Amino acid sequence: MNTMNCEEARELLPAYGDGELDLPHALALEKHLDGCADCDAALRTQRALSQAVRKAPYHRAPDTLRARLRAQLPAEPIAEAATPPIAAPNAPAATLPVAQPRRRRDWSRWALPIAASLALAVGLNVMLATQRSQQSLRDELVAGHVRSLQVEHLSDVASSDQHTVKPWFNGKLDYAPPVRDLAQQDFPLLGGRLDYIAHRQVAALIYRHRKHFINLYIWPGQDGDAAPDHHGSEGYNLVHWRRDGMEYWAVSDLNGEELKQFAELQIEAATDKTANAPNT
Amino acid sequence: MASPHLDAAYNLARWLTRDPHDAEDVLQEAYLRAFRFFGGFRGGDGRAWLLAIVRNTFYTWAEQRGRHQSEVEYDDATAGLHAAEACADQGLHGTDPAQLLLRAADQQLIESALLKLPLEYREILVLRELEELSYKEIAEVVGVPLGTVMSRLSRARLQLRHQIEAMDQP
Ligand SMILES: [Zn+2]
Repeated sequence: MNTMNCEEARELLPAYGDGELDLPHALALEKHLDGCADCDAALRTQRALSQAVRKAPYHRAPDTLRARLRAQLPAEPIAEAATPPIAAPNAPAATLPVAQPRRRRDWSRWALPIAASLALAVGLNVMLATQRSQQSLRDELVAGHVRSLQVEHLSDVASSDQHTVKPWFNGKLDYAPPVRDLAQQDFPLLGGRLDYIAHRQVAALIYRHRKHFINLYIWPGQDGDAAPDHHGSEGYNLVHWRRDGMEYWAVSDLNGEELKQFAELQIEAATDKTANAPNT
Repeated sequence: MASPHLDAAYNLARWLTRDPHDAEDVLQEAYLRAFRFFGGFRGGDGRAWLLAIVRNTFYTWAEQRGRHQSEVEYDDATAGLHAAEACADQGLHGTDPAQLLLRAADQQLIESALLKLPLEYREILVLRELEELSYKEIAEVVGVPLGTVMSRLSRARLQLRHQIEAMDQP
């Protein structure tokens, strides 16, 4: 990096002012700032604004809220990942908040998703040997969805190009998940990754609709098509359908109606072969 | 599990909802989600993780209440165009930094200027300046690439500055 012009300097100013710029760039920028009053003023303005915001009130949680949360949630976090508890945490039933009767239900319902997410989190392959019900599958899918929202896990291959995402799965799975971009319909494809659902490695495609992420899980299933079917689960929506021997589960905090629309678009894209030429 | 980052979570919820009661509702829901799906387990210090859940819960909550469209919808692509022209006049035509700082000393003015900013700008300024998150942590919470964090942050500051100057007119 030799001489920097004002345009380049302005681009780096925010990171510089925030102490996020790497050393070589910072040195080059400082050199420019020495000789450029305009950019120097811009930096001072930025710092003034930064300081200004720091004068805004910091809202600390009221003690009442702290107490309420403590009563609402089981007393101890499950910190020991190595020994995931399968049993339900003891619910402090007597102290559950009266204001939230909807949430007073038994905590045993939670045991499975907690166990599931913990097992996933620590990479355990062995889970409950019993037949898993639809509900536990749904819980697992939601857990996978939520976990994927930790940015680092959202996608293993980040690409909006279906022709990049599809081959990425080659050799990683014993089946080829159909990959379709729906950017034109406002559901852009963001990427894909591998996930573990119901003891097996499955394909997860990530789409976005407005602020919402959608995980689309795909794995081989039974024959016979099934129309999109909507399920809700504690603030998350799931839509299931089956087509051409593949099971599809879409999971999102997007509302059920739009998630169903997403399913219809997927099916439409699968039908309309002309619009989505087979990948090579 | 409630203790470690509760203040941070609440502060973010307050700035997003702009209301103490709504903030508590959002937080309660967020903690339920956090516990339900993770049992409190996570790697790292967990603050960014928790804030991401708070933020997600908030957007779902706001959408369910129909408060979504006008305020939340936002297009980084078109905003980029404005930023380009805004960048050109930054530091040239505006108030000088010292004067700006003088006006910014009014805490109430800053607070209401911040509250008037679009959500995208408000949240990123709160995360950066009040929570003092790094760009990387902000990227985790907001779910955007690092480059977007930087450009959005600078647009947010610019907008805040316009807001402060506009509010300062007698
Ligand atoms: Zn310059």
